[in-house]
Amino acid sequence: MSISTDNWEQVEAAAKASLGDEIVQFIAQCRQEDAGADSHLVAVLHRVQGHFGYLGEEHLDAVAQLLQVPAAKVAGVASFYHYFRLKPRGRFLLSVCMGTACYVKGAERVAQRVMDELGITWGETSKDGLFTLDPSRCLGTCGLAPVVMVEDEVHGNVTPDQVPAILEQYRHRAREQGHA
Amino acid sequence: MTTSTQKTVWEAFESLAAKARRSLHERDSGQQIRVQVGSATCEHAAGAGDVLDEFRKHIVASGRSDIALRRTGCTGRCSREPIVGVMVPGQIPVKYEHVDRAAVHKIFTGHVLGGTPLLDRILDGPVEAIPRYEVLACASRRCGQIGEDSYGRKLAEKLRRAGVGPEQVRVTLASCFGACGAKELGQCGQLLVQPSKVLYRVTSDADLDEIVQEHFLGGKTVERLRVHGKTVGRAFFELYGDVAFFNRQTRIALRHNGVIDPESIEEYFHFRGFEALAKVLQRGDPQWVIAEVTSAKLRGRGGGGYPTGVKWSFGAAGKEVPRYLICNADEGDPGAFMDRSMLESDPFNVIEGMLVGGFAVGASRGFFYVRAEYPLAVARIHNAIRQCRDYGLLGKDVLGSGFDFDLEIRLGAGAFVCGEETALIHSIEGERGQPRIRPPFPTEHGLWGKPTVINNVETFANVPAIINYGAEWFRQIGTEESGGTKVFALAGKVRHTGLVEVPMGTTLREVVEDIGGGVAEGKQLKAVQTGGPAGGCIPAKWLDTPVDFDSLAEVGSIMGSGGMIVLDEDDCLVDVAKFFLAFSEDESCGKCTPCREGTTRMFEILQSITEGKAAPEALDRLQRLARLVKRTSLCGLGRAAPNPVLSTLDHYRDEYLAHVVEKRCPARKCKALVQYEIDPQTCVGCTACARNCPVQCIAGSRKEVHVIDQQRCIKCGRCFEVCRFEAVIRQ
Ligand SMILES: Cc1cc2nc3c(=O)[nH]c(=O)nc-3n(C[C@H](O)[C@H](O)[C@H](O)COP(=O)(O)O)c2cc1C
Ligand code: SF4
Ligand code: SF4
Ligand code: SF4
Ligand code: FES
Repeated sequence: MSISTDNWEQVEAAAKASLGDEIVQFIAQCRQEDAGADSHLVAVLHRVQGHFGYLGEEHLDAVAQLLQVPAAKVAGVASFYHYFRLKPRGRFLLSVCMGTACYVKGAERVAQRVMDELGITWGETSKDGLFTLDPSRCLGTCGLAPVVMVEDEVHGNVTPDQVPAILEQYRHRAREQGHA
Repeated sequence: MTTSTQKTVWEAFESLAAKARRSLHERDSGQQIRVQVGSATCEHAAGAGDVLDEFRKHIVASGRSDIALRRTGCTGRCSREPIVGVMVPGQIPVKYEHVDRAAVHKIFTGHVLGGTPLLDRILDGPVEAIPRYEVLACASRRCGQIGEDSYGRKLAEKLRRAGVGPEQVRVTLASCFGACGAKELGQCGQLLVQPSKVLYRVTSDADLDEIVQEHFLGGKTVERLRVHGKTVGRAFFELYGDVAFFNRQTRIALRHNGVIDPESIEEYFHFRGFEALAKVLQRGDPQWVIAEVTSAKLRGRGGGGYPTGVKWSFGAAGKEVPRYLICNADEGDPGAFMDRSMLESDPFNVIEGMLVGGFAVGASRGFFYVRAEYPLAVARIHNAIRQCRDYGLLGKDVLGSGFDFDLEIRLGAGAFVCGEETALIHSIEGERGQPRIRPPFPTEHGLWGKPTVINNVETFANVPAIINYGAEWFRQIGTEESGGTKVFALAGKVRHTGLVEVPMGTTLREVVEDIGGGVAEGKQLKAVQTGGPAGGCIPAKWLDTPVDFDSLAEVGSIMGSGGMIVLDEDDCLVDVAKFFLAFSEDESCGKCTPCREGTTRMFEILQSITEGKAAPEALDRLQRLARLVKRTSLCGLGRAAPNPVLSTLDHYRDEYLAHVVEKRCPARKCKALVQYEIDPQTCVGCTACARNCPVQCIAGSRKEVHVIDQQRCIKCGRCFEVCRFEAVIRQ
């Protein structure tokens, strides 16, 4: 795809400042492919979210510029998919699986316990900035239901009573790694 | 097609296989004892990483070079993980369950070094002794090997009379392990003897006598009766055949799960890997492939059950190029994990299926559309694609056949509707994943407007087996209408959760009771939910329904992609219907009104029912609405969303009535309709409930009767759980 912008260098510099070199490079790679850069939009958004933890407006704008697709389309795609979050999140993403298997094995009570312990509800971040709570749709480990995932670590057969210990495990990790 | 190359495709394949063999040989030379650890997402969750690590340390510390440590995928035995297998020459393979770091030490010193298995940790144990020989006898309804006349039973009887006890030779009856060729079906019995790794085909009582005398008493193999060759599933049964959960299954799609290292193309070659591809490319006739798959009666495993061969013939029909092939690994049913397991445990098999499919339909590019929630699956596909490219199995001129084919991965992003094929295509194109009206079907107008064939992971996983073992063999494993097996993800209130692969036409009872071990904790089975949000609930009284596309539809559910959730007396079916409606409402893409509005209204009605606020008329309104949405929605999501409502209304109307008439939830699940109270007669005043109540609405001092303030109680049920004196009553 040819680039029609005459201030491309500025655009690229601004995008780099917002997204960082690595993602900008990934986008450049995607643009090389014959399928059309659009096809990589979801992949690019995954990269951005993987890096920043969420998709901010400035990120979406930069992606639109670099991929040369309308900003409205980027925003439309970002908001369509559940996996993408548009707001910053806490240090650890804690998802309680609310899939069928987990639901019938008492996931609601586990979730309730997490909410009680952290004083937050779905989509919110705890006051200390450590945990953001999300429901998730089946993590594919239904055999271990109910399941809680913190970042990419899966905890299986969780009872409400195990929740405090699980949270403490991550608080401890945050302390060790020096969280502000 | 092989004009430019001197070597035939088959020769190219054989030289690759030889190369793989050499590198395996180098790796394995001198290693006698094998320790294998399952490693897929569930195993990792259960601590398999630690276990691998601990074994590694132990092996290094022991200074032994004859012990191999192997990583495999998952066997599908979720509730017992991590599972470790120890294979010592001359001994039956031993599998341990729930292994942790401490157990590693015991297993390593006691069994691996000391030669004595730990009886109390054995999978599905404890057992009293490990016999010298284990015989796995096929006992399949399909070929009449059931009852007193089956060879397995007769063998056990003959052994008993010869004075050979079960501590010497243990005979286990297994479901069909797929060892029969099409022609001998029903004419013989198969016996797999371990640790000898000998498979016998017996056709008379005299054969059995000879085996007892020669093999078990004399220690010599009866060559006359021996069957050679790697029959399907054999490697799996050699390892896991002694465990009831597994030996009632027939493993085709999952035949390598838990047997091979999913990150090693060399191991895949060892298990007839890429032989099907080579066979197909050597023949060079796409029509032959399509005819095979059609005659195998393979039907799409993604839920619709569309005949795969027919779909492929449509994909191959037009003249337009390029054409695309997509593997649907979006696995959206919240309660299903078959596809994840196959991708994590045997990715090369799925890739080989795609290569064969790509050749059949004339596609040059293929895509894996995978859920972002499956990072390990993505990593393993990535690795498998890379290794295939290195071996010249993907890319230009595959195996020197002139066929060009390459694969790419595209991630989903958590939208259930993207499993629908037109939505999936939009998603790959970088659009919002909304479906469009069909026709035109993707086989005509698909990705970027080109002919595109989309199949499910499990559909592809069956293809290499069909080519290798024959269409007729595959067809005979299933029912009249549908060949082969189906993998189910068994979860919910069942004792043994996990992956279960059974022939089409097996009854629900066999799956839930014989394999799954029935409902846990002595509760009553209430229903089995199949098909996820698009399916229905099958009441316990219909447990003898065979599982196949048509029979499940007859009882108001669907096969779906394979999610199977067992519900017991504590589950409220109205609540389950509400759960699925909440899901569908949330996942509706909003493009068409019946689905967008209909799911919302249905959910609201269900909510009012579970809150005790609905009048009996609500049930009729709900039913009318459900039928309307089913008839008028644009895509499968909306059309199937009413199914959980319709099936529960059909089978459990009394339960709905209890909610709307008596304002009572028979399962005591619906919060608004239950009440917690403390029985003053039984309460001993231990204070546990008061300390655990999140809203502090329980009053009472130590050794005094406690009382719940009903106004403030939020009905969380904590008090009910923590009271050890059964003084808290739920009603
Ligand atoms: C809402 C919806 C979700 C679906 N989700 C999946 C899915 O997760 N995996 C899948 O293989 N098929 C799914 N399907 C079915 C696909 O549209 C398609 O029929 C299937 O991938 C075809 O492959 P098969 O013929 O091999 O089954 C879904 C369909 C609908 C309507
Ligand atoms: S039926 Fe539902 S999911 Fe399908 S197109 Fe209509 S609104 Fe979207
Ligand atoms: S149900 Fe929950 S809120 Fe009500 S009394 Fe018991 S613990 Fe307290
Ligand atoms: S936990 Fe049970 S026995 Fe103890 S105070 Fe509460 S109701 Fe009474
Ligand atoms: S339903 Fe929770 S992991 Fe599948």
